Amino acid sequence: MNVLAIIGRAVLAMLAAIGRVTLFAVDTVSHLGRPPYYPREFAQALVQIGYFSLPVVGLTTIFTGGALALQIYAGGARFSAEAVVPQIVAIGMVRELGPVLVGLMIAARVTSSIAAEIATMKVTEQIDALITLSTNPAKYLTLPRVLAATVVMPFLVGVGDIIGIMGGYLVGVERLGFNAGTYLRNTIDFLEPLDVVSSLTKAAVFGFLAALMGCYFGMRSDRGAQGVGRATKSAVVAASVLILAANFVLTELFFSA
Amino acid sequence: MIELVDVHKAFGANTVLTGVNLTLRKGRSMVIIGGSGTGKSVLLKCVLGLVQPDKGAISVDGTDVTNLRQGTPERDAFLARFGMLFQGSALFDSLPVWQNVAFRLLRGSLKKPRTEAHEIAVEKLRRVGLSPDVAELFPAELSGGMQKRVGLARAIATEPEIIFFDEPTTGLDPIMAGVINDLIRGIANEMGSTAMTITHDMSSVRAIADEVAMLHDGMIQWTGPASEMDSSGDPCVAQFIAGSAEGPIETVR
Ligand SMILES: Nc1ncnc2c1ncn2[C@@H]1O[C@H](COP(=O)(O)OP(=O)(O)OP(=O)(O)O)[C@@H](O)[C@H]1O
Ligand SMILES: [Mg+2]
Repeated sequence: MNVLAIIGRAVLAMLAAIGRVTLFAVDTVSHLGRPPYYPREFAQALVQIGYFSLPVVGLTTIFTGGALALQIYAGGARFSAEAVVPQIVAIGMVRELGPVLVGLMIAARVTSSIAAEIATMKVTEQIDALITLSTNPAKYLTLPRVLAATVVMPFLVGVGDIIGIMGGYLVGVERLGFNAGTYLRNTIDFLEPLDVVSSLTKAAVFGFLAALMGCYFGMRSDRGAQGVGRATKSAVVAASVLILAANFVLTELFFSA
Repeated sequence: MIELVDVHKAFGANTVLTGVNLTLRKGRSMVIIGGSGTGKSVLLKCVLGLVQPDKGAISVDGTDVTNLRQGTPERDAFLARFGMLFQGSALFDSLPVWQNVAFRLLRGSLKKPRTEAHEIAVEKLRRVGLSPDVAELFPAELSGGMQKRVGLARAIATEPEIIFFDEPTTGLDPIMAGVINDLIRGIANEMGSTAMTITHDMSSVRAIADEVAMLHDGMIQWTGPASEMDSSGDPCVAQFIAGSAEGPIETVR
């Protein structure tokens, strides 16, 4: 087998996939300006994606914030810089770990459920039924989910950032002997508006990607239970990778001076 | 009037339709018969534009509908005239039964107040032999035959001009099948709707059909009035009526 041919085919397949995803994204967004809208579906998606994700967001970030404080304290001790724990926890949570971890948790929780739901609908002809009932699946299924994820993720990440800092604070004050007031003051003084803006912007982008991947792979599902399984797996993998890649690009945009 | 001219469809190497020609006049009830897997469901989906034919033309009332694009006003107007019962019912399992039935009445151009939509849903459910209690259940809580009848109620909810039924009586007991046959017959008679029904059940064929079309080998082998079915002279039709293993329709496919 010709190695170049294999590589060439893989590259072409990837470019084609990127093209298809881009078209899907553009089509989805274009429905924003074209009624009818389905507010009931949007509200449901907000609750499903936003409200019901709060527990997992809280658990993920509180443990991470706590562990971060321990690590920075131990690492910082090697060059007597233990005092920077509040600042580094804040910056690490808000700039990176908050958005990325919440993004990945949303990929696990929301992307998978969207993909499985839509793929099942596709496989059981519910998508066809929607069309025959004069309802555009892009407007009724995709747009509400993608829009809800995009607007609700900044809220989730905001909560996650705060809880993560809280985790660091608890460890700092209870375990590492920091003064409570000083810890908080250091955190607040050190954070800049740009840190928060970048965090929330990343959140919106990650939310968009997570829901979009769920819808895209769900809509393209093959027939049968295997098709649903494959669609779900591909959606979660694609969402996770895209979130990490987008995180790099956005970090570059915001912080490379 | 629905007209199909030389419609072809293949899925990869699997050729399903190889030149279907069929005409159904307004207000008539046609039944399509044919062996399992011959492409009857695909044929209906081609007319609805859910499956894109590879070749051929499909027109409804003289307008070519083969290449209507999703989301255009023409396509919306076209779909608004149709009702469809899917073979697998295809109920939305996230919605209770009554919202399935009244789906079109709860949103879009046919939107009605919720209480009115609910009333209509309950009335349509009654017509397919389901009690009002069923309205509040979810599709997953129903038996297969009940789901089928909910699908039927959904297809007729807005009294569309053209209704497609994909195996409406499969999985129903003979009494309920009789009720559904009468209902479909009545829809064509009272509402003046055009109906196209797929069925394997010869008693349904006799109860429902004005016209019968036999699909085999990707083509319509015979079509004619139901009354002439028994003396059609077509070997496929004869084999189908007799339910015999001997004949042009193979038993392994
Ligand atoms: N979406 C699809 N993708 C690939 N192949 C398909 C698709 N839909 C149908 N087919 C194939 O087309 C052929 C005809 O299928 P169809 O469902 O129309 O049969 P049918 O005549 O309705 O049979 P039955 O009476 O069992 O319902 C089958 O071989 C099926 O595998
Ligand atoms: Mg079928």
